[in-house]
Amino acid sequence: MSDQIAMTLAEARDAIRAKKISSKELTGAFVAAIEKARPLNAFITEAGEQAMLMADAADRRIAKGEVGALEGLPLAIKDLFCTKGVRTTAASKILGNFVPPYESTVTQNLWDAGAVMLGKTNLDEFAMGSSNETSAFGPVFNPWRANNSNANLVPGGSSGGSSAAVAADLCLAATGTDTGGSIRQPAAVTGRVGLKPTYGRCSRFGIVAFASSLDQAGPMTKTVRDAAIMLGTMASVDAKDSTSMDVPVPDYEKLLEGGIKGLKVGIPKEYRIDGVSAEINALWSKGAEWMKAQGAEIVEVSLPHTKYALPTYYIVAPAECSSNLARYDGVRFGHRASGARDITDLYEKSRGEGFGAEVQRRILIGTYVLSAGYYDAYYSRAQKLRTLIKRDFDQAFEKCDVLLTPTTPGPAFAVGAKTTDPLEMYLQDVFTVTVNLAGLPGISVPAGLTESCLPLGLQLIGKAFDEATLLRAAYAIETAADFKHSPAKWWNV
Amino acid sequence: MSAAPKSKTLKGETGDWEIVIGMEVHAQVLSQSKLFSGASTEFGAEPNNQVSFIDAGFPGMLPVINEKCIEQAVRTGLGLKAQINLRSLFDRKNYFYPDLPQGYQISQFKDPIVGEGEVFIDLKDGETVKVGIERLHLEQDAGKSLHDQHPNSSFVDLNRSGIALMEIVTKPHMRSSEEAAAFLKKLRAIVRYLGTCDGNMDEGSMRADVNVSVCKVGGYEKFRETGSFKNLGTRCEIKNVNSMRFIVQAVEYEARRQIEVIEGGGTIRQETRLYDSKVGETRSMRSKEEAHDYRYFPDPDLLPLELDADWVEAIRKTLPELPDEKKARFMALGLGAYDASVLVAERELADFYEEMAKGVDAKAAANWLNNEILGRLNRDGLSITQVPVSAAANNAIITMVGDKTISGKIAKDLLDIVWTEGGDPKQVVEQRGMKQVTDTGAIDAAIEAVIAANPDKVEEVKAKPKLSAWFVGQVMKQTGGKANPVAVNAALKTRLNLPDEG
Repeated sequence: MSDQIAMTLAEARDAIRAKKISSKELTGAFVAAIEKARPLNAFITEAGEQAMLMADAADRRIAKGEVGALEGLPLAIKDLFCTKGVRTTAASKILGNFVPPYESTVTQNLWDAGAVMLGKTNLDEFAMGSSNETSAFGPVFNPWRANNSNANLVPGGSSGGSSAAVAADLCLAATGTDTGGSIRQPAAVTGRVGLKPTYGRCSRFGIVAFASSLDQAGPMTKTVRDAAIMLGTMASVDAKDSTSMDVPVPDYEKLLEGGIKGLKVGIPKEYRIDGVSAEINALWSKGAEWMKAQGAEIVEVSLPHTKYALPTYYIVAPAECSSNLARYDGVRFGHRASGARDITDLYEKSRGEGFGAEVQRRILIGTYVLSAGYYDAYYSRAQKLRTLIKRDFDQAFEKCDVLLTPTTPGPAFAVGAKTTDPLEMYLQDVFTVTVNLAGLPGISVPAGLTESCLPLGLQLIGKAFDEATLLRAAYAIETAADFKHSPAKWWNV
Repeated sequence: MSAAPKSKTLKGETGDWEIVIGMEVHAQVLSQSKLFSGASTEFGAEPNNQVSFIDAGFPGMLPVINEKCIEQAVRTGLGLKAQINLRSLFDRKNYFYPDLPQGYQISQFKDPIVGEGEVFIDLKDGETVKVGIERLHLEQDAGKSLHDQHPNSSFVDLNRSGIALMEIVTKPHMRSSEEAAAFLKKLRAIVRYLGTCDGNMDEGSMRADVNVSVCKVGGYEKFRETGSFKNLGTRCEIKNVNSMRFIVQAVEYEARRQIEVIEGGGTIRQETRLYDSKVGETRSMRSKEEAHDYRYFPDPDLLPLELDADWVEAIRKTLPELPDEKKARFMALGLGAYDASVLVAERELADFYEEMAKGVDAKAAANWLNNEILGRLNRDGLSITQVPVSAAANNAIITMVGDKTISGKIAKDLLDIVWTEGGDPKQVVEQRGMKQVTDTGAIDAAIEAVIAANPDKVEEVKAKPKLSAWFVGQVMKQTGGKANPVAVNAALKTRLNLPDEG
């Protein structure tokens, strides 16, 4: 059974198509593994019964020869995607027992391709966080632990439930969303692959919004190939999302193995910053060497406005979130405080009780930067910087095809280590937020282990809508890194 | 700029004051579905029956622009002779209210779809005033809070939530309550001609916020010369005035109030006021200090709205003839400015007039419509679309008057008959023997009969020729009103040997 759940998405797909295994058999194995792994707290809602029904339906389709791209393959869904008839929480108390009467476009695409939903994974509340510690449903523990240590580590965030589920073999692959690094950073610190597609590549319809101009759904997988397979199904132009783009979705899997001979790989010099571990920098150099060895040309490029990326992000994202989260007011759905005297009291009590500290902090920051008298000093300047950051990338991409950077400043850290200092927590996103601000695709590939045997990732950044090249480059890194490590399943005892 | 408009002043204790008025009109876009969702816009449905998850602000819902609403806004802009902005932005206006499900209204703040334009208003004294349009932008309507359904709860109806509104903002170019009402009337006529808003104020599809300020005489002219608002007084905004009559009342009350405050040594605070039509007063709602900070920012869910210039031109080509052009055409036919402006005030009325006036004297047709038709409609409480006598039937009546088949007097009787009983006017005239008598034999016989019966009057009229009118009346009576009065006059003159100037 452990062989089954350890399969990659591609292997499981091939096994199902070859009728070596049924979807029900595979799904049952995952349902059992999820139950055992409850100490990780990776799932907010387990949907085992529904998963078995979906698997059964998939098996019947397979028997009839109707085989979708993801037929019968069990997946985990970040609990930020609205799923029809299945509670959706955004890891917040404010949504209460909200059960959406509709399905997000991305998940609908997955079900249309035959995939099976195992459950809804934990996350930072409203996707705001880098450690999955802001969840109203409790923190998620990283399946990985440092050598000779029983200390619980964070799985990254905000898609920490998804990253833990993929790393712990609790699903073949998972969905995540990435607003400032929320797919790539958790993938990196759990030793797996996380792809944030170009803004507009996947529909945002039905995804609980955090920061609309930055949010983008993407896959979290065991391999680059799996990411290619998942993206092919998740991506679509959607009439229900005006910001989704009508750009052809190529067969990413087919384009994976083209090699990177002649590919120009940019190394942004501004990404050599203080506070990044020597191990990370060494790995970064190694990554460049791997690519060079496969025929790529390494070029140094400059992204001069990089140092403004975090401050810009922490103005734009909270501003949008302060407005996006205004709809959680206790009036129509979700948590409503009792005993309110009047409507203002109802708002204050419901929101005060329903939102956690980090979400409240961001709503306050966002409200502040949009307020009369501060708008020009903050929001307006942040928008200008965003334009400059975008331009940095445009200019860099005149010299190269992809950029290679670290994904995170360090490996997974201990639960509670950074919760008292939000600024230190925000630094987790230092290498990833620029990509969201510029709307570009980025991918994190597991590339090595620290001395204490914790995984580290390398990030590749691509041109807008050129995920094919990005995946091809990531595949080259993956091949060279030959990262075959998995965490010990300590929760199974 | 044309000559400064005539000064319109109010007398105060310290001298004369001028009123300055600007307006913000919310006009509901005529469309099948809402601005950003597919829910229906039909009026009068059961509460919360026309609400999509987008309108209700559910998690993960995204707005998608309704192209029809954009077209309607552009069409209105073109009708207001306004600048169409090929690139405009949607912004979020953030505030909390139970009838605002998203916690923000999607509106256009910095970059509206329509820029500066103009509207000409016609006043009773024949004066025409140009009112500048500052901008027109699209925004979502809010829902409705219902406070009278339950003793200790309020309910919310979201049917209106998300319906497209055009907010049309004028420059402060109106100078009296009459002008303010005339502006709204004209704007209403234009959007109804264009088919972009039904203009129905009772159902709330057109609502006005009226900005009123007062200044000492001369201030307005200085403002027009310099563009500086320093020359004007502090304004108060009167919210949601929903009839022409209330606009007149609200403006007059508010201007008086402001003059009294200033003359009493006080100052006007910039504030939002409500007009209470029951007592005929405006009341303070909130001051500028209490005003919301709406935290406008571009809506990241919507891309900038880019319009194709050719598309705009294609819309321009489908514009109907608008009131001003129609009025000019009517005046060219011989109608006076005021008559023409009354006729074009409603498209249905103008259409009715045009059909009625086919092949007959334009002025006679206008008089007939203004005096006879509108009078009767008013008496019966009907609108022009409910008129019981068709334009073609009226045309037949006027034609019969024109070719002297019937007299003007008979025409009115005829109209009364077909108004209440129906029927074809020509047939009625035939059947009831209403034709005018021009047969001189019959007229002469009637004259002889009158002379024979009134010898004394014959002597009197020879001394006082003006008395011939009495004879005309008697002859008309004899012929049952059917004699042609011109023929009667002529025959009398000959018979009684009266001088011509009688």
